[in-house]
Amino acid sequence: MAFSRLRPASGPAPDGDRDSWSTVQARLVSLRSGDESAFLALVSEHGPWMLRLARRRALSEAIAEEIVQESWVAVLRGLDSFEGRSSLRTWIFSIVTHISSAQFNKEIRSVPFSAYGTEIAGPSLEAGRFQNASHPEPGSWLTPPPAWDESPEQSLTTHEAQRTIGSAIEKLPPAQREVISLRDVEGWSATEVCNALGITETNQRVLLHRARSRVRLELETYFGAEASG
Amino acid sequence: MKVGRERRRTLVCQELVEVITDYLEGALSPGDRARFETHLAGCELCDRYVEQFRRTILQAGRLRAQDLPDALAAELLDAFRGWRG
Ligand SMILES: [Zn+2]
Repeated sequence: MAFSRLRPASGPAPDGDRDSWSTVQARLVSLRSGDESAFLALVSEHGPWMLRLARRRALSEAIAEEIVQESWVAVLRGLDSFEGRSSLRTWIFSIVTHISSAQFNKEIRSVPFSAYGTEIAGPSLEAGRFQNASHPEPGSWLTPPPAWDESPEQSLTTHEAQRTIGSAIEKLPPAQREVISLRDVEGWSATEVCNALGITETNQRVLLHRARSRVRLELETYFGAEASG
Repeated sequence: MKVGRERRRTLVCQELVEVITDYLEGALSPGDRARFETHLAGCELCDRYVEQFRRTILQAGRLRAQDLPDALAAELLDAFRGWRG
């Protein structure tokens, strides 16, 4: 199988994953004995983020679900050779990525690796929001962030505000979208994200910051529109 | 001059908004970290901005609360039964 090459590279296991090596081993034993509840536990832990990852790649929901199915087949086949040197989810991430490009090449949009290096130029908040050099205090706010006056109807926790965040993330350039999805939506550690994407800590932080700044700005617009409409 | 140097070493709002993630990730030098916190303590607008930034991060994490579609979960279970069988 091609999955031998997906085997995690050697090196210390990154932090941030709840699965210790012995936990994975214990689960593997249960899975091999056909324990369906062990499998369902694994699916409920990793399935949702795999589907969200597949949705970021796939051109349709049907393809996203197919990618998830094929990836699970590959995960089951590959578990025997999983050596626990990377976190389980980093390993699964590499499988989903491989399956997407190997089997669904025409039905996905991949993130060009170059995007991780090119999406980092420029300010994360436009210069026009700050006083220029002719002002006594250059760099201070010209258009400050308006307060988010939240009535219960327009609170951040409403479905509408959540939708705003979701669509703001979808509209991001691909590398920024990938980083904020893994860090802030999925809650992965910086180390795991760097390992999964093969990028440096510095690039990871710049991409994350730009993505967060953009999403915050969309919320500012959302609250502004709510207040005036 | 000491005053001039002090001024140059002060963080302005436009610089602060660029380093919030570095601050939150613990990636700032101790000096920059102190400058960040000093600015924040004296600038209500940046304090508001950082608070909104934090809440944006927190809310993004709520998008995680999603289950797999039942039909997909059922197909995965089928695949598992096929795998061990
Ligand atoms: Zn300020």
